[in-house]
Amino acid sequence: MTTLAAEPRQAAAGIERGLAGRIVDRIGGGVIQVFLVLVAVFWLVPTLGLLIVSMRDETANNSSGWWTLFTKPAEITFENYSNLLASGFTSSFWNTVLITVPATLLIIAIAAMAAYAFAWIEFPGRDTIFLLVIALLVVPIQIALIPIAKLYGTLEIFGSIVSVVLFHVAFGLPFAIFLLRNFFVGIPRELLEAARMDGAPEWRIFATVVFPLAKPAVASLGIFQFLWVWNDLLVALVFADSGNQPMTKALQSQMRQFGTNVDILAPGAFLSLIIPLVLFFAFQRYFVQGLLAGSVK
Amino acid sequence: MTERLDGPQASGGGETSAAGASPGRTDPPEKTPTESTATESTATEPTPAGTTPSEKPRTGRVRARLGPSPTLAVLFLLPALLLLGVWMVYPVIYSIFRSLYDASGERFVGLGNYASIFTDSATLTTIRNNIIWVVVAPLVVTVLGLIFAVLTERIRWATAFKLVLFMPMAVSLLAAGVIFRLVYEQDPDKGVANAVLTTVHDTFSSSQGYPGARPRDNDQAPAVAQEDGTVTLRRPAELGQTVLIPLVGLPPDSVKDATPAKPAAATPGDGIGGTVWLDVVRGGGGTVNQVDAQEKGLEGVTVEAVSGGQVKATTETAADGTFRFTGLPAGSYTVRLPQSNFAAPFNGLTWLGPTLITPAIIGAYIWVWAGFAMVLIAAGLSAVPRDALEAARIDGATEWQVFRRITVPLLSPVLLVVFVTMIINVLKVFDLVFIIAPGSVQPNANVIALEMWRVSFGGGNNQGLGSALAIFLLVLVVPFMIFNIRRFRRDDR
Repeated sequence: MTTLAAEPRQAAAGIERGLAGRIVDRIGGGVIQVFLVLVAVFWLVPTLGLLIVSMRDETANNSSGWWTLFTKPAEITFENYSNLLASGFTSSFWNTVLITVPATLLIIAIAAMAAYAFAWIEFPGRDTIFLLVIALLVVPIQIALIPIAKLYGTLEIFGSIVSVVLFHVAFGLPFAIFLLRNFFVGIPRELLEAARMDGAPEWRIFATVVFPLAKPAVASLGIFQFLWVWNDLLVALVFADSGNQPMTKALQSQMRQFGTNVDILAPGAFLSLIIPLVLFFAFQRYFVQGLLAGSVK
Repeated sequence: MTERLDGPQASGGGETSAAGASPGRTDPPEKTPTESTATESTATEPTPAGTTPSEKPRTGRVRARLGPSPTLAVLFLLPALLLLGVWMVYPVIYSIFRSLYDASGERFVGLGNYASIFTDSATLTTIRNNIIWVVVAPLVVTVLGLIFAVLTERIRWATAFKLVLFMPMAVSLLAAGVIFRLVYEQDPDKGVANAVLTTVHDTFSSSQGYPGARPRDNDQAPAVAQEDGTVTLRRPAELGQTVLIPLVGLPPDSVKDATPAKPAAATPGDGIGGTVWLDVVRGGGGTVNQVDAQEKGLEGVTVEAVSGGQVKATTETAADGTFRFTGLPAGSYTVRLPQSNFAAPFNGLTWLGPTLITPAIIGAYIWVWAGFAMVLIAAGLSAVPRDALEAARIDGATEWQVFRRITVPLLSPVLLVVFVTMIINVLKVFDLVFIIAPGSVQPNANVIALEMWRVSFGGGNNQGLGSALAIFLLVLVVPFMIFNIRRFRRDDR
């Protein structure tokens, strides 16, 4: 075959590839499948471990690995969860909700208005201000901790839920404005012009024409901000006092004695991630869209 | 500017007089909703009027000024600009000033805080760790994302795979931290990482040690444990002698299947013989320091004959616990059992110890972010023209060549975005280090963002240094700020 192929090199190369290539593809395909299965297992096992640890009692967790549960499923217990809920963890759950929901709604409302102005209202310096917003995208939270702590002290709102919410709203804005503005710009201008010629006031155009059209973008933004705020630790650590602390901070305070607190930490961590996870699976399409819009244009 | 002034604007026939106003004129003549907002509008627009027109034609988004006045923009922008101004811009300025003062904020120290960042060993460690993070994590995340994105194109369950890998993105970093604290648990019976490692290790090596075995701790015992764990006979052995090395400390059950111990046979004149055994009878009984019938020999124990501080011969015990040196030069020897006999079996790695902590946390970080990279790169991949790849394949290019010469170059903009996003993210890494590194190891794992929190709020109580660290962090991300702006200006054209 190869000797024959010496003359009409090109054609033979094609045939050879066709045969050998298909075999290689078949084998390679199998290898890829196995490899990707392994990777997926690798990614699932840690979370599975957390779930199982959270459902075994302290003695079981101390005496054997969580994977032994598969041989003795009778060990499953919800004791850790009931203990955790009885210990007042629920209040930090509600704090998380009270921080996350208003912060998400405020970000959407404020950013949508600003994005509308950046996209559809002409004003001097618009591009410069928008570039400033883009610049703020990457500003680290750390920069504001000290100054805002001092400001909150002066305003006497340090430690409150409001203080945490406002911080999140401000730091969520650059991304939110960026995302929504890019979406708004793509709305056909004829729609707006028609509405404007009808004499509709600008706020009504915003509320009834642009905002409803932007539902996918708003959904992306909403899920993003929700997850971001829900999962935050640093802001809560600095600004939320113990009465107003969200789950992340409540759990963090248990980390010091990790070994003995596993029966609190594991169910707590799992409870804290279950809502984001459900949201993520329900809205993952919007999540990915937001990600793409925010990073790759 | 001219391009913008003609065009649709003419046909639009503005319903308000403001439509005709060029953005260059900051003061449109039309009536404004309130006088106060009008003055505010000029206040919030610091840009010189001249720069605006030069940028407008380039963006080309809005050709007409139909309807709303610039003052209305102020109403729409006010809440956002207020929040951004107070919570982001003002803190930058404040921090710059604050970083020039000492911990109490009373004494001006100039650049002293910055100097201490680069001289203090604790902060230098954070910088070193951040460098490791920046060099390793973004690259690994991007490469893994690329590999996964390319490979998932060939499987049917790509969506499921992507969901699994992407899932950690929804989980808080605190939860991810707890998850990996469990994974990295030292005890192989608890931490899955070490469980896997020890299983793999034990499959390939059968080194048998006797951790916990030791001589009796009294004067009658012939052997004594040294500080370093070596077990040495009290009295030197002469050639031709047989010695007894009774050990205790092992549960009899652990050797219940072993061969019964027996005293070593007499040795010729150039050798030393002996027995290493577990001098314990199950259920009690037996004579101390004597080989009894039910007692078991310890197999595979390394025995050394030492003379003048040097190891002259090494041997191993047989199944019945006996050993024999032969051909020794004349003299007396110290017989000892090196510490390796009593070393704990391979117990996996100390993930959360000072040396491995940063790699371990980077591992957790990769677990969180690889899915992000994969999804972005997969989106870029789906935009790569198929015919370009097919053409190359028809020309006889191998899959690797197609990947290397066509796919990767076409993907390079996406790869760059992922890479840069990861660098920015890695520079600010905080939660994972804070949660995964145990308190005692935290100084070894420390990073700038964590150190900033620590010195300002976490007990350090030095907000001068904290501000300097925050500014330092900001300076580190400035190049990427510029990168973002340039990319935006290019894409938005």
